[in-house]
Amino acid sequence: MNRRHFLKNSTLASSLFFVPSFVKAFEQVASSALGYKRLVIIQLSGGNDGLNTVIPFQNDLYYKERPTLGISKNEIIQLNDEVGLHTSLTPLKRLYDNGNLTIINNVGYPNPNRSHFRSMDIWQTATDSNKYSQSGWLGRYLDHYGKEPYSAIEIDESLSLAMKGETMNAIATQDARVLYNLSKDPYFDNILKHQNDMHLSEHNLGYLYKSMIEAESSAKYIYETSKTVSSNREYPNNKFGKQLKTMAQFINSGLETKVFYSSLGGFDTHVNQLGVQNRLLGIYAYGIEVFVQDLKENNTFKDTLILTFSEFGRRVKQNANVGTDHGTANNVFIIGDQLKKQGLYNNMANLNDLDENGDLKFEIDFRTIYATVLNKWLDVNAFKVLNQSFNQLEFI
Amino acid sequence: MLSIKHIQHLYWRVGFGILPKQLHEISNKKKEQLVDDLFKTSKKITPLKVETQELETLMNISYEKIKENIKKIQVISREKTKELNTAWIDRLTNPEELLREKMTLFWANHFVCEDNNFIFTQNFHNTLRKHAIGNFKEFVVAISKEAAMTKYLNTKQNRKQKPNENFARELMELFTLGVGHYTEDDIKESARAFTGYSHNFQGEFVFRQRQHDDESKAFFGKTGNFKGDDIIDIILENKQCATYICGKIYRYFVNDTLNEQHVNTMANVFYKDYNIETLLRYVFLSDWFYDEKNIGSKIKSPIELLVGIRTMVPLEFKNTKQLLYLQKVLGQTLLDPPNVAGWKGGRNWIDSNTIVLRLKLPSLLLNSAYISKAINGETDMAIDAKKAAFKKQIGKRFNTSTNWDYFNTNFKNIDIHDIQDYLLLSQINDNTKDYLKSLSKVSKQEYCVQLMSIPEYQMC
Repeated sequence: MNRRHFLKNSTLASSLFFVPSFVKAFEQVASSALGYKRLVIIQLSGGNDGLNTVIPFQNDLYYKERPTLGISKNEIIQLNDEVGLHTSLTPLKRLYDNGNLTIINNVGYPNPNRSHFRSMDIWQTATDSNKYSQSGWLGRYLDHYGKEPYSAIEIDESLSLAMKGETMNAIATQDARVLYNLSKDPYFDNILKHQNDMHLSEHNLGYLYKSMIEAESSAKYIYETSKTVSSNREYPNNKFGKQLKTMAQFINSGLETKVFYSSLGGFDTHVNQLGVQNRLLGIYAYGIEVFVQDLKENNTFKDTLILTFSEFGRRVKQNANVGTDHGTANNVFIIGDQLKKQGLYNNMANLNDLDENGDLKFEIDFRTIYATVLNKWLDVNAFKVLNQSFNQLEFI
Repeated sequence: MLSIKHIQHLYWRVGFGILPKQLHEISNKKKEQLVDDLFKTSKKITPLKVETQELETLMNISYEKIKENIKKIQVISREKTKELNTAWIDRLTNPEELLREKMTLFWANHFVCEDNNFIFTQNFHNTLRKHAIGNFKEFVVAISKEAAMTKYLNTKQNRKQKPNENFARELMELFTLGVGHYTEDDIKESARAFTGYSHNFQGEFVFRQRQHDDESKAFFGKTGNFKGDDIIDIILENKQCATYICGKIYRYFVNDTLNEQHVNTMANVFYKDYNIETLLRYVFLSDWFYDEKNIGSKIKSPIELLVGIRTMVPLEFKNTKQLLYLQKVLGQTLLDPPNVAGWKGGRNWIDSNTIVLRLKLPSLLLNSAYISKAINGETDMAIDAKKAAFKKQIGKRFNTSTNWDYFNTNFKNIDIHDIQDYLLLSQINDNTKDYLKSLSKVSKQEYCVQLMSIPEYQMC
């Protein structure tokens, strides 16, 4: 008997004979009662203009710096006497009214980098801006706390650095069926049929066999679990909507995945920003609203926290092409059902006190948000993942 | 004399595998001769260039005018970078200067850099090619003055009044010494020495004296009015630099797991004059290079896998976008590194997605996604129908042309039962070996695809 069979038989044996069934049943009730907390990350790529997303409409400086780009008072969706949301964010206003949205303003990091690649890299690896890392923060979460490759899933065709760890990587898929079909060529089945996993990870070749076995079983697990559920909700007919629909299907089918990742690109609005951002924020907000409704209907929203970020905000002053150039601090959206501080978490950035480039000075380090989510939501030791200690915030 | 297996090992590390015909032609040569030939054929330097007339015209104008062209330059640069990517992969398949090209690939993941101006990108990579097996000191100096690098690590913004430490830090952390072998003060002081580095619109190095900090700097225990070149000199006086580079070369050419003793003897050789050729000769002539545990022990990078397949069976992509797409999903797009730390390599190439795709890749590229499963005594009736069905369904989306005649000519004198000895370097897993034995040898082509589809083919 090889080790795998032995393990299989022994766990079977223990569950049959040694553990009284009522204990087993109790365990199941207990774990579902505690809830299965999961995190969803939405990345807005290209640098979303935060100042035209959450807008200080009583601030004269805002209109002074953005004479043709500022959004006029009567188009803004007011949140209070001073702050409003972009016209396209009506669905977000509904989440706000329901107490499902927290807006954290002025989020950034020291010594900001204005290159897309580099700044995205910093957000994804959670390093200081003068350090480089080959692993991402969620990948390192997997290293320490992930059980299977499918513990974290990116709804895309390949993995972001954020989802790559030192020893473990997440899984990327846009379509569970495609991944499953790719992995289950009968030729590979035949090769794997007679393998036992003894010593398989000791050398590189063994590691490949082990990865092959894991990939096949993960693909099968994701496909077979998720196919039992289909959504009744109608998602917006765009790529982002499709991704959210797949994600909701994964979540609602009870897939044991702790982290989901998805992104929406195109926010690099140097030229004629108004139309582009209008469209993109609409895609984002309407997609997210259906997604939240879908989860609510399936009673999974209470255990889901959605974090939306972009690699940087944009310059306060508009440029000559009715657009904006790369800036620094930005807002982060937290969406969930168990928010401690709903609505605006902190004050808007001070437009009177800009850095030498005319950019916002950040107030909240994005890694304090990561640390809060890791410690308070995913219930793990944030220090192990971030390799530095950060203050905790009070939004959850 | 080296055994057939040893020559294959050598050719997988300095190149992308070797065909049986070529292998038998050189198999009676002595080790020294074989290694010598590798350097002789790599003496020449052939820059890799694509046509850039339009770009050059756009860049060759006055300061006032160039602003108007910047957007255009960036758009064309993006297209040209894709073109260079394809040209580079073509170059890697059957290159004249095999070792130089393999080393260029190595350095591209050491001196990691990218730029949105294509001319600068192309120049940078030809500088890698030029110095790939030359003198390391001259190499570092040249890199520090490349336009693409002064942009990528902000030396261009490094001015006397407002120093930018980015290049100085990465110079030590990633390019020469490794983490922990310098202080923050060393970074501050050396950054001052690199102030004034810049370039003109054509990408030539310009030293702006007025922005240079012309005062005394204290660096690694020495004090003087150092320039950038002096800093590189002082760094290389530290033997740690030789050790650090040798460790990286060992991982690339020998084994993922460092053997400290071997790395130390390499460093002794390298430290004398930082001659890369001397170091590589030493490695390829060492007995330990051919140790059993080093043969077939490395996981191929995506580029090694792709180029290795093409070396055995010539393969063209009708649509080069597909070649780019493949690199992306396999996790290594040439000219598009993740960040200045580069690709981690080794086991990091492998995740659930890439392992599945990597195993499927040979059949997908060469055989209409078909892998024969006919067992001994059976004829595979399904082959033609299955391949035709694939071509009809996916053929348009995934369009390659393969030259199996070339493969058959090169494997003409090889018995079908011996093909695995020419395709695989690592020991075959016992169970997999049994399975392969149970399969019908339909044809050399089908058996080649079967062999390329087992995990052992992922190793080199």
